[in-house]
Amino acid sequence: MNAQNRQNGSMIAVNGLVKTIGAQEILRGVDLDVGRGETLAIIGRSGGGKSVLLKHLIGLMRPDAGEIWIEGQNIIDMSERNLASIRQKVGILFQGSALFDSMTVAENIAFPLREAGERDAKVLRKRVSEMLEVMELQGQEEKMPVNLSGGMKKRVGLARSIIRQPSCILYDEPTSGLDPVVSDSINRLIRRLQQRLGVTSIVVTHDMKNAFHVADRIAYLHEGKIYFQGAPEELRQSPDHILQDFLLGRSDEQLTPKAFGVES
Amino acid sequence: MFVRFFNALGGPLIRFVQYLGEVVFLAADTFRSLFTHRLRWKLFLNQIVEIGLLSQLVVVITGGFTGAVFTAQTYFQFHKIGMGSAVGAVVSVAILRELGPVLTALMVTGRVGAAMSAEIGTMKVTEQIDALRALAVYPTDYLVVPRALAMMVSMPLLVAECIAVGIAVGYFVAIFLLEVNGTYYMANMVRWTRSRDIIMGLSKAFCFGILIVFISCHKGLTAREGAVGVGRATTEAVVNASLAVLISNFFLTMLLNIIYPAGYQ
Repeated sequence: MNAQNRQNGSMIAVNGLVKTIGAQEILRGVDLDVGRGETLAIIGRSGGGKSVLLKHLIGLMRPDAGEIWIEGQNIIDMSERNLASIRQKVGILFQGSALFDSMTVAENIAFPLREAGERDAKVLRKRVSEMLEVMELQGQEEKMPVNLSGGMKKRVGLARSIIRQPSCILYDEPTSGLDPVVSDSINRLIRRLQQRLGVTSIVVTHDMKNAFHVADRIAYLHEGKIYFQGAPEELRQSPDHILQDFLLGRSDEQLTPKAFGVES
Repeated sequence: MFVRFFNALGGPLIRFVQYLGEVVFLAADTFRSLFTHRLRWKLFLNQIVEIGLLSQLVVVITGGFTGAVFTAQTYFQFHKIGMGSAVGAVVSVAILRELGPVLTALMVTGRVGAAMSAEIGTMKVTEQIDALRALAVYPTDYLVVPRALAMMVSMPLLVAECIAVGIAVGYFVAIFLLEVNGTYYMANMVRWTRSRDIIMGLSKAFCFGILIVFISCHKGLTAREGAVGVGRATTEAVVNASLAVLISNFFLTMLLNIIYPAGYQ
């Protein structure tokens, strides 16, 4: 697909993205298309460059080569200040939630509105309490981020990134470090946001349950390239042993007694 | 052999020049933002409290005891040749031109510079700065501009306070402890102290404030991962800012002395 086509159909299009950090080649030519309203899960091994790829999509990192088109705009050559217009369209939930720890929950959630020039305390309070209701966090306005659990932090972080109603949300490991029940509630939340707001979503995860639960399409990032992309069912039934090893959580190391220094 | 010598010299030299460049670019970016984007008044006033208001105790103690000890030491020397009443002039000029600005700058570096680089560094390693950027906020506007502006306003005031306390305490030490004649002490002090001494002290204060704030903010913004990274950034910020104050003080003195020459003329 050439760039012209992409401008019409895709929300996000990535072309031959290359990134080297230090001596390590993290991305070696990633090509990816995300359609409007679609939910794509990017899976892959830890440290495989998923988060790095995600951070490129809103210009938090700059690639060594390649193109990134967001709603028909190539963001590679944009200055940090001009990227602000893209960043109003694309929200991101960070892996560690990245809440501002000097502000309360309410101040965190209201932050994007306040920065956009909304000064009316009543409007701000109303929008914040609406958001907390969506996140099932009613009455937590005055808490400080240090006093929140991991799952609550994620939900506050999510509230902060969607309060300005972006057309695309990026999730960086939304369920990592959470217990299965909280993970499930986050999954449901992601689903609900898709249905309610009709947003495009990209979910980076190594939690397969999370990926299968939320995604319309799954892409497998392997050794710096998109190794596979397709519907969740296709992935499940693929005979490819690299994919199957990942799905079943098999490592290719042989655990012989020798490996532990024990003579058999 | 020469090649090896230049090789060994080259790496650190290039890194040093690059470091200076980064600090200067941060400063340039800040001044550009200061004039082209709206100021966040609330953050600016918070920083005034943090930098100016809460640093006063430290600065007053520094000024007071420096004035006291400097007066005493000068008196011990001058008294022998019967010039006890000239102590006031020496103390006031020295505190105005050198001791006030430099000591205040060093104390502010330790108190404020360290806090700045630690706070910004922690925000950096916990992705809070990335979060700012992702929420379409330019980090320089939000973090550096209020601090830089607050520092530029606070430093001259803090230095003025330090100088005033230093000279006042010196007066009391001279008059009540060392029994110098108060009238002559004051007369000599007023006669030998010029308004250009005051301008010089406050100009230095302004320059030191700029050095401290940009060196500290830069170290915070470039902090490496983890608690070790933040710790190292803080230490380096304090060391670099202190050295920058001491080194630039010499050149500022030479430069400003051309514009505001010392002595009674």
